[in-house]
Amino acid sequence: MEAASALELPALELRGIDKSFGAVHANRAVDLSVAKGSIHGIVGENGAGKSTLMGIVYGYYAADAGTIRVDGKEVHIAASQDAIAAGIGMVHQHFMLVENFTVLENVLLGAEGGALLKKGEAAARAALGKIMADYGLEVDLDAKIETLDVGTQQRVEILKALYRGAQILILDEPTAVLTPQEADALFRLLDTWRSQGRTVILITHKLREILAATDRVTVMRQGAVVATRDTAATSQEELAELMVGRRVQLRVAKDACVPGAEVLRATGLRYVDARGVERLRGVSLSVRAGEIVGIAGVSGNGQSELLEALAGLLPLAGGEIFYKSEKLAPPGTAAASRAARLHGIAHVPEDRHRMGMVVGYSAAESTILGYHGDEDLGFGPLLSNRAATTRTARLMGAYDVRPAAPALRSGNFSGGNQQKIVLGREIDRDPELLLIGQPTRGVDIGAIEFIHRRLVALRDAGKAILLVSCELDEILGLADRILVMFDGRIVGELGRDAADERALGLMMAGVAQAAAAE
Amino acid sequence: MSAGARLPRWVDLGLLPLLNLAAAFLLSGLVVLAIGEDPIKALRILVNGAVGYPEAVAFTLYYTTNFILTGLAVALAFHAGLFNIGGEGQAYVAGLGVGLVCLYLDFLPGFAVVPIAILSAAAFGAAWAAIPGWLEAYRGSHVVITTIMFNFLAAALMTYLITNWLLDPAHGAPETRRFAGHTTLWTMQQMLGWFGIKAPRSPLNAAFFLALAAAAFVWIYVWHTRAGYRLRTVGSSHKAALYAGIDPARTIVVAMAISGALAGLMAVNEIQGAQARLLLSFTGGYGFVGIAVALMGRNHPVGVCLAALLFGALYQGGAELAFEMRNINREMVIVIQGLIILFCGALENMFRPTLARLFARQGAA
Repeated sequence: MEAASALELPALELRGIDKSFGAVHANRAVDLSVAKGSIHGIVGENGAGKSTLMGIVYGYYAADAGTIRVDGKEVHIAASQDAIAAGIGMVHQHFMLVENFTVLENVLLGAEGGALLKKGEAAARAALGKIMADYGLEVDLDAKIETLDVGTQQRVEILKALYRGAQILILDEPTAVLTPQEADALFRLLDTWRSQGRTVILITHKLREILAATDRVTVMRQGAVVATRDTAATSQEELAELMVGRRVQLRVAKDACVPGAEVLRATGLRYVDARGVERLRGVSLSVRAGEIVGIAGVSGNGQSELLEALAGLLPLAGGEIFYKSEKLAPPGTAAASRAARLHGIAHVPEDRHRMGMVVGYSAAESTILGYHGDEDLGFGPLLSNRAATTRTARLMGAYDVRPAAPALRSGNFSGGNQQKIVLGREIDRDPELLLIGQPTRGVDIGAIEFIHRRLVALRDAGKAILLVSCELDEILGLADRILVMFDGRIVGELGRDAADERALGLMMAGVAQAAAAE
Repeated sequence: MSAGARLPRWVDLGLLPLLNLAAAFLLSGLVVLAIGEDPIKALRILVNGAVGYPEAVAFTLYYTTNFILTGLAVALAFHAGLFNIGGEGQAYVAGLGVGLVCLYLDFLPGFAVVPIAILSAAAFGAAWAAIPGWLEAYRGSHVVITTIMFNFLAAALMTYLITNWLLDPAHGAPETRRFAGHTTLWTMQQMLGWFGIKAPRSPLNAAFFLALAAAAFVWIYVWHTRAGYRLRTVGSSHKAALYAGIDPARTIVVAMAISGALAGLMAVNEIQGAQARLLLSFTGGYGFVGIAVALMGRNHPVGVCLAALLFGALYQGGAELAFEMRNINREMVIVIQGLIILFCGALENMFRPTLARLFARQGAA
């Protein structure tokens, strides 16, 4: 992997980009030069300014100062149409596709080529056929988006950008929704793209991918560029240190697991959602004291539902849940959720913003969510805000929440600090069982280390933990035993030592299960 | 991203509403000018009519009482994420609660029958609101639709009951006989008399203090009780509520019942306080104005009281205005009210960016 010739003008050059949102200085005099025909990574913690910077390049925000040059020519990008005209395409983390349109209709959206669709469609079909052949991008143009899996949907997004003549493609966290195999396929595609002289900018927080796929990498911290490295000359450790500004441990050290008595057992859990789709198709599992059981799987295969069902929140269509060999009441009611908490089952939900806390509440109010009935929080029916504030201040100290301001609105904390608030609240009760979903989603590296340490400490204290995560690194780093979910079923179980990314990836994609079924 | 710019608290809560109010009055002045009257004179009559002499103040506070209660009803429901448009109907039915007690339990002494009548008003209002609440919570019928429909049902029911069963045959009008004196509330005139203060006759009565107590209750209930915490959590996110072990359906029914009870207390002011008899359409649209009051008062009891005072003054001053100026009628007064709602409610943030810029510059300098 050699960088492009130094003589050539950079495909994209940013000079002195500055952007503030009110008091927040999101980008500070950012200089960035992306060589033509290269894959350039941008890493940084949440809030480091990566997305703002790319938003400026793609015309979502206007920079307060600075210039953008494409192929050496200064361009003014006031809206995304200008970016597209300059040959810049963007694939968002959350796809911008119309679910009930076909692939072709989605590609044409905004580029219909006339008032009547027919003519544009025929031309587009021909052009897309050629693009797909050139890039080995096979997509059924007449399939509706809602029938496609996420990997394919992402290819549609890429196709859209290609069809609009993008020479520079920006990918924002492209692998968040992919299995390792799908991610590999994506990177092979980007390789082809590079070999044809086009340019890719890859925004990600997964350092492994940066090392595997990019030529150069730029690290951002607090709105500024702190370093740019040739990928071949750097390491995960160095990048992490640059991102955080101090040394971090990417994987928390832990002793061998000493499992104790069974704490949780679920048998044959079935759940049918409001649309009639069966999300859980007979899930059975058990978690013992002193172990972390990780549930791996591509997002949307029933893990979220499993966690919520175990926490007492989803009405099951079948199955039973035993806690310390005592059968729990059927979940799905407020009473069941309350009972679970009283039993000593703590739950850190995946959806922090709508379930784990109330973003409009002060931190103190969010800290008593679920515990608002505690006797020490007031007298009789009265609730003492002072007592809640005192408790919150204590938890904020113990869990290193910044800023330690109980009166601050919950939504104004960063993702990592919000998670620490929720985690602190749940662990504070010294639960026997912790159900935790996506503990580090949207959480910066420094906080990830802290949260992982806490979880391992909890396990070492003999508590049972059920961990659901879409991050394989996290599962591999924390879990003592790994269950893989696919399509509402548990399709495999691996001991920590037997598990590797490849084996897990195959199971997550449902391949191993299909093989076993034959 | 145009998130609301931060302003100093006194600007946010004081200056901004005053600016909005000034703009509304300015535009109203132009309208008055357009129909050929002198806006300065109109304003003078309006203000004088609202607060210019003791009787005017009493009438203003009497209307304010109604608006505080119906405004609180809307505000409380709002914190549970519910838009209770049925204050009008709930107050109307609550009038039945007052009327039945005052008419048929008047053999009881005053210290018993007065509180029973008040509780009865609250209970009737609560019941009338709890039904839409239950339908929303357990049957998914939207409370906006059902409370509107319940306003019509209340009107039909009350017309039927009053004209067919409750009216006083000796009397020509569709209204009941006068309640016995000991069943009604003290008038302000009476109460001030105890302290040797002479006050003019007015419909202002002890229900005014009931309204202030209700405002204090709402403040304590919503922000300082566990039940209020449950209510606000449900109002923010049903998912978070379920997670916290709070039953959203139950909470919705309770919130609607309390909201209805607050609206119902308005009937105490009108029926037990001012009128001393049950009559047709005594709610006079106060229930609907309560929506505007809550909106302007930002759903906070203090804001609701202030907004209610403003609307009370407008009501009283407006009546005077319509009486004094030939070209201005009641509809005209409603236009002015509408402009105030428009500027203080819908366009509440119109001056915000300008002010924010002004203060940002001042801060930088």
